[in-house]
Amino acid sequence: MPDYTTIIGLEVHVQLATHSKLFCGCSTRFGAEPNTQTCPVCLGLPGALPVMNAEAVRLAVMTGLALDCEIPAYTKWDRKQYFYPDLPKGYQISQYDLPLTQKGRLEIRDDKERFASKEVRITRAHLEEDAGKSSHDEAAGKGDSLIDLNRTGTPLLEIVSEPDLRNSLEARAYLDELKLLLTYLGVSDCNMQEGSLRVDANVNLHIETPAGKVATPIVEIKNLNSFRAVERALDYEAQRQFREWEETGKKLGEAPKTTRGWDDVAGKTKAQRSKEESADYRYFPDPDLAPVRTSPEQLAKARAELPPRPAELREQLTREHKLSPYDAGVLVNLGRPVLDYFFAVVAKCGDAKAACNWITQDIQRTLKYRDREFAELNLPAERLGELIALVAKGELPTARSREVFEAMIDSGDDAHSVMQQLGIGAVDESELIALCQELLAANPRVVDDVKNGKQQAIGALIGQAKKKNPNADPARIRELCLELIAKM
Amino acid sequence: MALVDLSATEQRAKLNAREVTAVELAQAYLARIAAKDGEIGAFLRVTGEAALAQAAEVDRKRAAGEPLGLLAGLPVAVKDVLCQQGELTTCASRMLEHFRSPYDSTVVAKLKAADAVLIGRTNMDEFAMGGSTENSAFQPTRNPHDLTRSPGGSSGGAAACVAAKMAPLSIGTDTGGSIRQPAGLCGCVGLKPTYGRVSRYGLVAFASSLDQVGPLASTVEDTALLMEAIAGHDPRDSTSLPVESPKFSQTVNQPLKDLRIGIVPEHFAAGLDPEMEAAVRGAIEVYKSLGAKIVEVDLPHGKYGVAAYYVIAPCEASSNLSRYDGIHYGHRASEPAVEAELAAERAEALARGDKAAAEAVESTLVRLYRRSRTEGFGAEVKRRIMIGAYALSAGYYDAYYLKALKVRRLIRQDFDRAFSQVDLILSPVTAAPAFKLGKLVDDPLQMYLVDLYTVTANLAGIPAISLPCGMSKSGLPLGFQLLAPPLEEERLLRGARMCEEKRKS
Amino acid sequence: MAVSRQDVEKAALLGRLLVSPDELEHLTAQVAEILAYVEQLGEVDTTSVEPMAHAVELVNVFREDKVAPSLPREAALANAPHHNEQGFLVPAVLGE
Ligand SMILES: [Mg+2]
Ligand SMILES: [Zn+2]
Repeated sequence: MPDYTTIIGLEVHVQLATHSKLFCGCSTRFGAEPNTQTCPVCLGLPGALPVMNAEAVRLAVMTGLALDCEIPAYTKWDRKQYFYPDLPKGYQISQYDLPLTQKGRLEIRDDKERFASKEVRITRAHLEEDAGKSSHDEAAGKGDSLIDLNRTGTPLLEIVSEPDLRNSLEARAYLDELKLLLTYLGVSDCNMQEGSLRVDANVNLHIETPAGKVATPIVEIKNLNSFRAVERALDYEAQRQFREWEETGKKLGEAPKTTRGWDDVAGKTKAQRSKEESADYRYFPDPDLAPVRTSPEQLAKARAELPPRPAELREQLTREHKLSPYDAGVLVNLGRPVLDYFFAVVAKCGDAKAACNWITQDIQRTLKYRDREFAELNLPAERLGELIALVAKGELPTARSREVFEAMIDSGDDAHSVMQQLGIGAVDESELIALCQELLAANPRVVDDVKNGKQQAIGALIGQAKKKNPNADPARIRELCLELIAKM
Repeated sequence: MALVDLSATEQRAKLNAREVTAVELAQAYLARIAAKDGEIGAFLRVTGEAALAQAAEVDRKRAAGEPLGLLAGLPVAVKDVLCQQGELTTCASRMLEHFRSPYDSTVVAKLKAADAVLIGRTNMDEFAMGGSTENSAFQPTRNPHDLTRSPGGSSGGAAACVAAKMAPLSIGTDTGGSIRQPAGLCGCVGLKPTYGRVSRYGLVAFASSLDQVGPLASTVEDTALLMEAIAGHDPRDSTSLPVESPKFSQTVNQPLKDLRIGIVPEHFAAGLDPEMEAAVRGAIEVYKSLGAKIVEVDLPHGKYGVAAYYVIAPCEASSNLSRYDGIHYGHRASEPAVEAELAAERAEALARGDKAAAEAVESTLVRLYRRSRTEGFGAEVKRRIMIGAYALSAGYYDAYYLKALKVRRLIRQDFDRAFSQVDLILSPVTAAPAFKLGKLVDDPLQMYLVDLYTVTANLAGIPAISLPCGMSKSGLPLGFQLLAPPLEEERLLRGARMCEEKRKS
Repeated sequence: MAVSRQDVEKAALLGRLLVSPDELEHLTAQVAEILAYVEQLGEVDTTSVEPMAHAVELVNVFREDKVAPSLPREAALANAPHHNEQGFLVPAVLGE
């Protein structure tokens, strides 16, 4: 069987987080009753005219900058013309030859190093308006479709990658990193269930044959409802194209680009009925909208306002806070609010590694157990910082720190009051030595065993020590006992 | 003298002096319409009751000493292409026969704010496409000076109602000459403002980069008054110019000093009707007698105006008219009829044994679009949609649309150069007086050439005014046109007023 | 560029119009005549001329991101040829 490489490019549409639509004042809120968020402009009524939402342009430029795109000094709006019931004007206002941003890149990596870090080139990211939704309305009878135009005119950023991805893992990593970036920038909520983020994939194969490399026809996959679906569809489609090539020998250019829909239940891509006319969108500049000129000063300002990107934050965490790349990745993946919490904890306790452990492990575990969101966490960063500091100073035995942590969340009290309530205090070293001496005297057999090389025999004493003094640190008990036996 | 024989400016003075009430004035016009419009057909709908109510409200406000708008109590007719809340806005098309706008266009809102009395909606060529008002789906409009002739178009109803004294003021739109040409053919005054001077919000688009709303009236003074009421920046129109609009009515009577008027020799070449030529040259003589300097200027790309126009306008129109699909509003063909038609086509193909043809028959949805639009639009509208779709389609864009946009810039540059030498340019507005109804109906190219003298102002975005300069032997109005640099409507109105005043004396 | 009947039929499909067989010939001739007239634009030297898509050269016309009231649903649907008080109804959308 010949070797082949899968060639993947992704088109991602994200809804920008504006309050109002791209060209009118209608709300972009999700979930409203059908056709309650429309006006003459987004209904495409005769005579209505669009006026561009400045915030949508600002968010798009910010995303472009974050993707290291060029932001051309001049950009314009074009009409993409086709007829569809969810497109009331008969054209979509989009951008054709002069997009708002172009030629960027996004680095992708894998924590588990299943592929080498690489840069994925971004072809362009342009602004356009969303269409409405059509749904099949059985209740309405006769198999009519019901058109809801609430979504019509919502600002979308279409981010197009070059075909630089080689497998589903890379595609997944690209989507994860892109989503993380968009979320950190605050440009979109990226909620796939609500359609805020939608993915189309373009796939073909480069097959090594004795006669040289052969490319298969490009297939566009639609209906990808989750990142998992993207992975599965790509894996499926690569194999399907290879089988098809074996059967038909069809090469790129010998068959038109086709569209296939992903069926998540069947786990297959299926050919979609092509549109009834050859796609001829007759793009031309929208005479109703003025072009946009961006000055170098405006760009410099936008660049200065750009919040740190996930990649920069990971770098900062490993460089400044000496976290491992893995820890840095986990922490950044938890999102900006968690990361800010982390920084606040570190500011209080000075121990990044401990803060990272508490946040990525204990806090996550307790949130999961309590079925809570991070925003509902009843533990201000200063208090966690204080808890960590108390442990570091030896005032709070490590052994009981989790117990204190849980009690702090339950009661909303600070570490000191919780320790008081639980009767936890630091144990004086001399007190501990006395306790160990007492235990060793009462357990000569353990002493003998240790002397004979069975160090684990100490374990029997630790339980007894905890019973006599719950604040005793088991590790210290162990150390002290061994020291005392050595001196015997 | 009857009320309707007075100019709007004179009527306004009488209203202000309380010599006449707004209700009396409205009644006078409604009576005139009842008497005359049967033969002329300028109005698609007369909104008498609403007009009388509005007039009564103006009278009440006046009696109560409340502040009144610029047009308080003056009847205004509105071309049926500007949306008016709660009213039908048909664009003289079957497609929008039952369309009731849920919102006001900015121009209508401004008229209401000026306390104008909206008296009715005037006829037009369907979607403003045409130069004779014969492309109306509902009725032709006749020229009040000769009922066998066209009033011009597309604002034929707007011009005819002023010429027949059925409204003192009227709103038209001008994409390639649609205000100036009918004004010229009906013997009234019509102004196409600078592109961006009057809001297009709520104006049903024909060709967005060319369309402008403007005033028609029987005198230049009245034109200035109406212009003042409708002009101004509108944040709802992205192409609206963010500039203050002058108080045109206050300056219109101030003559221009040291006036330099440009004329273009080619404008008087073969094809110009001799009587028309004589009348236009007469207007030039009037300006000479007023001390104006006449300067020959060159507009070398002017002759390509109609060609550029008939690419750009259909391209934009084909796109603008895509929204009329019978899905969200507008005419929808009968769904069972469409289903039956498709079933018959499939059966016919199968009967021939052509399975592929049977499967290729389009979906109900696609055919519903096509059938609805084919039923809803008239011939000229369909022709322009097809020309536009063709010129923008893959492979033709550069040769047609892009080329036309480049020629458009050259036309604009010609004007910029000419206006560095002169204050105004004077030209014919039409090559001949009003033509017979039916003459050009099935000769689209000849009909397009009617726009010869007017389209360049739309392409360049500059203001232009058409005003009367005499009558032909057979009693038809003759007119001419003045053009000015962008935003110089005030200069245009003052210049036009000079000629009007001189000719009266 | 000569205009064929196929060109006119394609333009009709793109513009979602129907041309009956008996109209086709007449219409093709009319469209051909108009386009032939338009071809004179080819005489003009437009080398290094920027296209002029707008009559006025405005740039950066924006509105603030503020929510304004929408139309009541009843008004939004009022002109619809076929609706069920919630949405516009159309014959089943095929393909997807
Ligand atoms: Mg797109
Ligand atoms: Zn809206």
